[in-house]
Amino acid sequence: MKLDTVPRLADPDGVFTALARAYRHLDDVQVRAFDARLILLLANHIGDEAVLREAMAIAGEGLVPRDLLGDLDAVP
Amino acid sequence: MASPHIRPTFGYRRSADQDAAAPVRHPVVLVGAGPAGLSVAIDLALQHVPVVLLDDDDTVSGGSRAVCYAKRTLEVWDRLGVGDAVVADGVGWRRGWVHHGDRLVYEFDLMTEAGHKMPAFTNLQQYLLEEALVARARQLAGLDLRWRNRLISMRAAADHVALRVDTPDGPYDLECQWLVATDGARSLVRRLFDLEFIGQTVRDRFLICDVETDAAFPNLRHFWFDPPFHRERVVLLHRQAANLWRIDFQLGWYADPAAEQQPERVAMRLRRILGERAEFRVEAAEVYTFQCRRLERFVHGRVVFAGDAAHQVSPFGARGANSGVQDADNLAWKLRLVLAGLAPAALLESYDRERVAAADENLCYAARAAEFISPRSPMTRALRDAALHLAGRFSFARDFINSGRLSEPAVYTESLLTTPDDPADRFAGGVIPGAACLDAPVERQGQVDWLLHQLGFDFVALVFAGEQAPPSDQVAQLAALPVPVRTVVVRTAAAAAVDAGGLADTEGLARDRYDGRPGTTYLVRPDQHVAARWRRFDPAAITVALARATGLQAAA
Repeated sequence: MKLDTVPRLADPDGVFTALARAYRHLDDVQVRAFDARLILLLANHIGDEAVLREAMAIAGEGLVPRDLLGDLDAVP
Repeated sequence: MASPHIRPTFGYRRSADQDAAAPVRHPVVLVGAGPAGLSVAIDLALQHVPVVLLDDDDTVSGGSRAVCYAKRTLEVWDRLGVGDAVVADGVGWRRGWVHHGDRLVYEFDLMTEAGHKMPAFTNLQQYLLEEALVARARQLAGLDLRWRNRLISMRAAADHVALRVDTPDGPYDLECQWLVATDGARSLVRRLFDLEFIGQTVRDRFLICDVETDAAFPNLRHFWFDPPFHRERVVLLHRQAANLWRIDFQLGWYADPAAEQQPERVAMRLRRILGERAEFRVEAAEVYTFQCRRLERFVHGRVVFAGDAAHQVSPFGARGANSGVQDADNLAWKLRLVLAGLAPAALLESYDRERVAAADENLCYAARAAEFISPRSPMTRALRDAALHLAGRFSFARDFINSGRLSEPAVYTESLLTTPDDPADRFAGGVIPGAACLDAPVERQGQVDWLLHQLGFDFVALVFAGEQAPPSDQVAQLAALPVPVRTVVVRTAAAAAVDAGGLADTEGLARDRYDGRPGTTYLVRPDQHVAARWRRFDPAAITVALARATGLQAAA
């Protein structure tokens, strides 16, 4: 496992609140745009596909069929 | 505006086979004279294999078809003696603009490296390409083009395939040792065999127009996401020869194809992009749904499938005709060796393995481009728009923008024909085993020439000479093998000044591109792909790699 899941943030409450406040003024369409931009910015910052795929797998647990996460290029 | 292009009619001619008492058996019959079929036929004829090419029509293709040919494809055609004609008729391009809404997001430049004979890409409407290929085919003895010869039925036997063909004079029978099906996406051969495609349909529809106009667009590839003249959808605009433009309008899955093809409706869409006052002539306008699929196997007994008959992808990325021509490139020399008894029929298994792998790569790229161009959910759309939004400010986001990753030549790294590098040889780059050779300017007997002109049709030992050239007795020994290996020596410009034999690497680009320090030897296949390479000229190693590359000896 390359994804770092031990606590790393100095002020987790601050980060959580910043995210919560950012969402407070957004409607559903804007939330999607915000999330999408944030994901792409962070994905590039992380810069490691294996880490991103592990994060996707955990985020998708119980939501996305496992076989789809295993091979994201699979042709459905 | 010029008058519409008149398509040539090649005309039906009665063949002696139609008067034969018993069906005549040919080594190879091809069905379908499109880019793939013509390329296979020309290649075989140049290798002195007699070939019969059947086509149910007697002219070139109509409608909106292939446009864009990549350097590797042009190099294959150059080997076949038609590359210069295609480049001369076509329109070169290397820059592209990507737009989002009403703004230009970025410009890309397929910065072409100097020192290659062929350009990165040339655009040419498919009917003009086919005219060039037919003109070349007609120069070749042993290439029997039979127009208005329509396959009706076929029967596969152990050692041949029997065909019944209809003509204006009625049907006749003929036979072949190998049948090559290059009869396109709706392949009749495939249907007669009852073979299924595996893959998917992209749930989207596109109006594909070929339009002649004097409207002044810069000569680039334009890709618009959500432009003001076609909201919520994408539009692609690409130049062809003679002021003809290819314009693709995305319509969405629920568009009504019949309504969208109405001339008034097409003209309305075109006026929005070309301007209310623009003069234009619509040469073709058709609504397409793109297939991304392939046959499970490309070789079925003595029937070989190539081009769209074997696989289809969406057009973004120019992977249709380009991959068909690479199929042809891969197939022709293998058929020749098998027919000559110099290789086992199993060599054709490697055509299946290598080109199925290439098709899968193309399908993967097509699926990825479809994900970006035709988002399937609101969140996918949001991700796409986020990339476009960020791309104006941040270069990293441009890398996400996928309007079709443009065709690159296949690399047969995993093929059983390919001998992997010996790690002790410590290659740093160069052309890896399985990859297509790279071009470079050279001088041959004082004349300016190209490296790729020296390769192809037979196996070549490409040797970067040091102090001494390969011993002549060893060169002769390689040339005398059942499948001969021709030795081509590359010298530095300084060494060539002393001894004019071989090729002079005048600009040092061959050495750079092949990591060609003295002694380095490449074994190059007839399709100009690298079979093996070493740091020394070793006839024994070459002989072993040759056996492997001709299917005589499996990997250890």
